[in-house]
Amino acid sequence: MMKIHLKIWRQKNSQSKGGFKEYTLDDVHQEMSFLEMLDMLNIKLVKKAERPVEFDHDCREGICGQCGVMINGIAHGPLKNTTTCQLHMRSFNDGDTIYVEPFKASAFPLVRDLKINRSSLDNIISSGGYVSVDTGQAPEANTIPIANEIAEAAFDSAACIGCGACVASCKNSSAALFTSAKITQLELLPQGQKETRKRVVAMVNQMEEEGFGHCTNTEACEVECPEDISVLNIARMNYEYNKSKILRNK
Amino acid sequence: MENHLNAKIPEGPLSEKWSNYKKEAKLVSPNNRKKLEVIVVGTGLAGASAAASLAEMGYNVKSFCFQDSPRRAHSVAAQGGVNAAKNYKNDGDSVYRMFYDTLKGGDFRSREANTYRLAECSANLIDQATAQGVPFAREYSGYLRNRSFGGVQVSRTFYARGQTGQQLLLGSYQALMRQVNTGKVNLYARHEMLDLVLIEGKAKGIIARNLDTGKMERHGAHAVVLASGGFGKIYYLSTLAMGCNASAIWRAHRKGAFMANPSWTQIHPTCLPQSGEYQSKLTLMSESLRNDGRIWVPRDKNDTRKANDIPEEERDYYLERKYPAFGNLAPRDIASRSAKEQIDEGKGVGVLKNAVYLDFSRALKEYGKDIIEERYGNLFTMYKKITGIDAYLEPMKISPAAHFSMGGLWVDYELMTTIHGLFAIGEANFSDHGANRLGANSLLQACVDGYFVLPYTLQNFLADEIKNPKTDIHHPEFDKAEEAVKNQLEEFLATKGNKTAEEFHKLLGSELYDKCGLSRSREGLEKAIENIRELRKEFKENLIVPGDASEVNSELEKAGRVADYMEIAELMCIDALQREESCGAHFRTEYQTEEGEAKRDDARFSYSSAWEWNKNPATPILNKETLIFESVTPSVRSYK
Repeated sequence: MMKIHLKIWRQKNSQSKGGFKEYTLDDVHQEMSFLEMLDMLNIKLVKKAERPVEFDHDCREGICGQCGVMINGIAHGPLKNTTTCQLHMRSFNDGDTIYVEPFKASAFPLVRDLKINRSSLDNIISSGGYVSVDTGQAPEANTIPIANEIAEAAFDSAACIGCGACVASCKNSSAALFTSAKITQLELLPQGQKETRKRVVAMVNQMEEEGFGHCTNTEACEVECPEDISVLNIARMNYEYNKSKILRNK
Repeated sequence: MENHLNAKIPEGPLSEKWSNYKKEAKLVSPNNRKKLEVIVVGTGLAGASAAASLAEMGYNVKSFCFQDSPRRAHSVAAQGGVNAAKNYKNDGDSVYRMFYDTLKGGDFRSREANTYRLAECSANLIDQATAQGVPFAREYSGYLRNRSFGGVQVSRTFYARGQTGQQLLLGSYQALMRQVNTGKVNLYARHEMLDLVLIEGKAKGIIARNLDTGKMERHGAHAVVLASGGFGKIYYLSTLAMGCNASAIWRAHRKGAFMANPSWTQIHPTCLPQSGEYQSKLTLMSESLRNDGRIWVPRDKNDTRKANDIPEEERDYYLERKYPAFGNLAPRDIASRSAKEQIDEGKGVGVLKNAVYLDFSRALKEYGKDIIEERYGNLFTMYKKITGIDAYLEPMKISPAAHFSMGGLWVDYELMTTIHGLFAIGEANFSDHGANRLGANSLLQACVDGYFVLPYTLQNFLADEIKNPKTDIHHPEFDKAEEAVKNQLEEFLATKGNKTAEEFHKLLGSELYDKCGLSRSREGLEKAIENIRELRKEFKENLIVPGDASEVNSELEKAGRVADYMEIAELMCIDALQREESCGAHFRTEYQTEEGEAKRDDARFSYSSAWEWNKNPATPILNKETLIFESVTPSVRSYK
């Protein structure tokens, strides 16, 4: 059993003023996940007819990308390549004080407490993050062999869970890692290559339109990414972007 | 008097039924499609693929999900793979073989024609997903790679590391977002369907609550498609996401859609065991691990030695011993039940003695760490994150957990429910898996329903809707439905008791797992029904939900879902009680062979039970769809 002090960001909505509120839990188990610890707090709050802490979460196995908070100033907390839901209390010590805040970016408006709106990421995908193939158009799958290492590299980029930790960790609130991972995945695969030029311009423009900042290569995103997405994706995005601008009419 | 349902199975031999259907199905011309609106609830593989495919055809689609983005839907969590009868391995696979495996895996309790269609459309899915850019595993030659899964003797499973569900979902999510971009799909994320609206007996729209603002919204359409997934979360501890729920299908049920085989829940054998009271979910470890992992328990009871200290001859590899032909790849229901037997006998391992070992030491020796890492690396990492244990050095501890709903809304061959104009696809319906689903068939069914079946069958329905104008959302039926939904939320808020929705959910879940889980008995089920009624009464009187309905309020969302679970739980027990046989995941202790295997009773129970709502949860009416086997003769299911 551990005693944990929490300072949690509480804010009614995007218009109101927020602030830290303090809570103390006396009976935290080491085996609990971080979110189960928040569940425990919430049950206590609800039983006192107080509003529980709103936070995003769903699958609780690190794959849906819906959870994500700043824990002591670090997106998803202290463990490397780990989502908030996969973080367990054994990563903390008895008597610790933990600061919990939402992911902050102007492209992620706050909904309540730790809950935010990340539809800006969906809009980036919507602008071009796909292969334009209708149901029924596909050829037999083995007609286009793809070298194992290419497929594996595409997978490395495709593994992004869209949680937004890269944005929250970036001093410019840039979504370059998120956007470039999708561009790279589809550029590596022969099925996606045909549309690269159009895609890269559309997605980069959309990123800007949504209010994300520019990338200045601090590489903080890669450090905090739960899926270990490499900043080399960003380099490829920049390369493809420049190439498509230069070759625009060729 | 029992009512028998007509599934509208097309004429002709099994292998020609689907082509015969497509030959006869009505069409809607491209310029008429833009006049028609379709609501799709849910954005998992079934919902996203259906919404995208329908929009590509030219229909106007409204797509709803309760998550903050369609990409979060729980299809994302499926790990191991997706089956398809491509026979790339030249190891004897065929559409018929896949159909038969699925039918047998489901213990001959599924509809032959649907199961065949599932196998028939499976190859197309691999083509479609590959074209979308799904990075499936490849051989060094560049061709697609396969592996084997439980309950089969061929390698027909395609996979993308241990994240096949995520990659397939991203493929259909991207197809969906592409249609959002064209304006053919209107997306409503963070919206929860709270009621179905019927006008003159036909499904014409839904009432949805905007979960960010609390605002009630009315949406009309020419047809409504439910793709809201399964309800294994009813057990509270399960492999499902926290938000998975049955509210969409249950509210449709209360409006007249029959629920079929609700008690058939797959308990997945390879999950992480519970470690304490506070636990919120049991994480699934892919079945694919059983390709190389060997399951065992100590030979003697109460063995307290560490796994690595127990010598080979004092271990019992019980699946290999009991089912030599399939060994560690025995189907899920059998693997789960065998684990439970060992645990009940006192041979369970771990602190709570609720687990069995899954051991990779032989595979590590045989193939080396690199190969094992390539095959299962992310699963080993996940295991370490959750348990703190390195499974390269000692065996994993696993135990069974509630996973997949074979039951769901009853649908006919066209995937239409008993409500005209209401369709159910993916895990939300009941049709393809019988009493037990084979591994890697769930992603397949969701995709086949959404990409390849619904676009034909829904169009056949919509062809008669061209003459009908847009649905008027000011119709009195919308007023009535909205009013009822608002009243229910107000009731939750006004109860002001002292138990949270989550606490009720945990109590309900453990009662259900205990008496209507891996094994069931008349005595237990009757007791469970009594206890569920008590609990439901307490829920009405003692629930606490703070805040109000006009804002974000996750406690209010939970209350609605738990209220529905309270009713479904009773129906599950009633369903399990009436089925006096054992089949697949439904194991009645009274009906077993001398060796403890499931004893089916084809003479009395070769039917799907389809329950009709009748004013309250205690008095549902049983309808039956008799299962007719034209092409196969149901046999005793043996994996020995």
